[in-house]
Amino acid sequence: MSDKKFTTLVSTCVPLPIENIDTDQIIPARFLKATTREGFGENLFRDWRYDSQGKEKPDFVLNDGQHQGEILVAGKNFGCGSSREHAAWAIRDHGFRVVISSFFADIFKNNALNNFLLPVQVSEYFLEKIWVQVKADAQVKITVNLESQTVSLPDGSSDGFDINTYKKACLLHGYDDIDYLLSMKEKIRDFEDQDKSGYLSTGKMATAN
Amino acid sequence: MSKKTLFDKIWEKHVVHRQEGHPDILYIDRHFIHEVTSPQAFNGLKKRGIPVFNTKKTLATADHNVPTKDQHLPIKDVLSRFQVDTLTKNCKEYGVELYDLNHPFQGIVHIIGPELGLTLPGMTIVCGDSHTSTHGAFGAIAFGIGTSEVEQVLATQCMLQYKPKRMKIEISGTLGKGVLSKDIILYIIAQISSSGGNGYFVEYTGSTIRALSMEARMTICNMSIEMGARGGLIAPDEITFEYIAQDRQFAPKGEALEQAKAYWKTLQSDEGAEYDAVLYFDADDISPMITYGTNPGMGIKIDGQIPTLSDLKNEKEHSSFINSLKYMDLEPGHALLGKKLDYVFIGSCTNARIEDLRLVADFVKGKKKAEGVEVLVIPGSKQVEKQAIKEGLDRIFIDAGFDLRNPGCSACLGMNEDKVPAGMYCISTSNRNFEGRQGPGARTFLASPLSAAAAAITGRVSDVRDFM
Ligand code: SF4
Repeated sequence: MSDKKFTTLVSTCVPLPIENIDTDQIIPARFLKATTREGFGENLFRDWRYDSQGKEKPDFVLNDGQHQGEILVAGKNFGCGSSREHAAWAIRDHGFRVVISSFFADIFKNNALNNFLLPVQVSEYFLEKIWVQVKADAQVKITVNLESQTVSLPDGSSDGFDINTYKKACLLHGYDDIDYLLSMKEKIRDFEDQDKSGYLSTGKMATAN
Repeated sequence: MSKKTLFDKIWEKHVVHRQEGHPDILYIDRHFIHEVTSPQAFNGLKKRGIPVFNTKKTLATADHNVPTKDQHLPIKDVLSRFQVDTLTKNCKEYGVELYDLNHPFQGIVHIIGPELGLTLPGMTIVCGDSHTSTHGAFGAIAFGIGTSEVEQVLATQCMLQYKPKRMKIEISGTLGKGVLSKDIILYIIAQISSSGGNGYFVEYTGSTIRALSMEARMTICNMSIEMGARGGLIAPDEITFEYIAQDRQFAPKGEALEQAKAYWKTLQSDEGAEYDAVLYFDADDISPMITYGTNPGMGIKIDGQIPTLSDLKNEKEHSSFINSLKYMDLEPGHALLGKKLDYVFIGSCTNARIEDLRLVADFVKGKKKAEGVEVLVIPGSKQVEKQAIKEGLDRIFIDAGFDLRNPGCSACLGMNEDKVPAGMYCISTSNRNFEGRQGPGARTFLASPLSAAAAAITGRVSDVRDFM
């Protein structure tokens, strides 16, 4: 997953106007056996993309030859279901850098952000607008600007999206949570030593070994 | 002093550092890992050249990939074996305790935590698995995390988290005959949909919840995630303390237990504490439930009808509803009662504890399974399995023609050898009915262990109340 920094992206999109796309559809459990992060893109939407013989289903949007790009546009409540980060890896590995939807499941959103995949939550109205315009012209280009937190269409219409300031900074600069946490290590040690959580005083005797 | 919810109290005690605009740094008391979501996290440590921050607070087990037959033999599936071996290697290298297939404590991660006394009130508990919410039944903040977060916890025993909103769900009254805690949670999710809890952490309260056993409470918290919530918790009470006092390997004992209890008793939401949302349900309205569709929110009373398009509140749901019924090969407006089944799956972290097996055994004792239906019974852990055998439940299952196997996630997800073949119908005590969840093309009806037991005997979707 090469480019971690994200500022602005202008790209055509792949529309998937289905609601409640769960992580089992994004990457079925039987493909979770790898021990590295790479290669999951091959099995993205596996059972929608291929039939049981492994042949491409020609009418699925990733196979129809018309839709390409670094932006996936999906229906409401995208990424519900399991906490598998593999879902975010698969989408990123396939080459997407942005997912647009009118609603994201919580864990998916976190996982996406932790993998430099930007979840862009727009209004139902704007999502509808994207569907219509992409249907009319598969080559329509969507612009996602992280700095200004906006997503816009060539006709000038646009919508804003939320992202917390911390994650925004991470994406703009290409650094991750562990870098930040590791910089706080001393503080964490102190916390452990002070037994602040109140639980810990009883928890020590309950450790596993 | 402002009034606080239980969730607030536990959260605040675990904040190591808070900075405006940043997520909180939250200290984690207990971290469970399994073979599927940990290898990439260990790779991350390797890349950075750093150790596990506190090895005593992480515990590993193998559950998702493991076969449920001949567990003493090497795992046949090469990829599964590799994943389990990788876990073993990583645990050894980094000094993390592992309950592998041959260990007497092995089992589904969310079953073994509570039964070993590793899950305790007031804790923060995480695992790279969405059903970590199960542990909330003890009055702990427990939630599922992604692999990058597993790496955070391994590296620093902390993670970055924004505090979620708080929802209270109060259920009052006495449950009717044949209604189990599984029905409560399926009912709630059917009411508020599979995204109705999005952004929230739920606290379950009310007289109905108070009357439930710990194991029944775990079933409810387990499925909190199926309404989109981050997790669910229940304030600890005497039932919780009694459960913990039952000779649990790692739980505090004697004087230490008394001290702990004194603290645990403070773990209650303050009278008048504010929640961001409050929902009320009445136990009288809850019947045995079953799902007909491909998300856990698509549930109906077991003797009810599948909705029709005109029953749906939101027109936008039409296409996913139609697709869902197409996948299930079911018709709108039809009843499910009497629907012929191919498989019955009794297992998973939702309903594979000893009480679940007892309920099922009690129901099937002296009966035989129906012709043409395959019944899998998968204990949640080695300890559950041992206890079931001790109580003679194994004989009851075997006499009924059930296939009693060894512990693991089994047919809850199509990752190991236990799968439901394409096009077949399975009534399942697990928590997810997504397309392909139990195997490519498999069709799942989620229900309680009692409903599953009744279905095993009749071979059809049945109302357990008809047998009572
Ligand atoms: S039993 Fe099912 S839901 Fe529970 S941990 Fe295993 S795979 Fe996940």
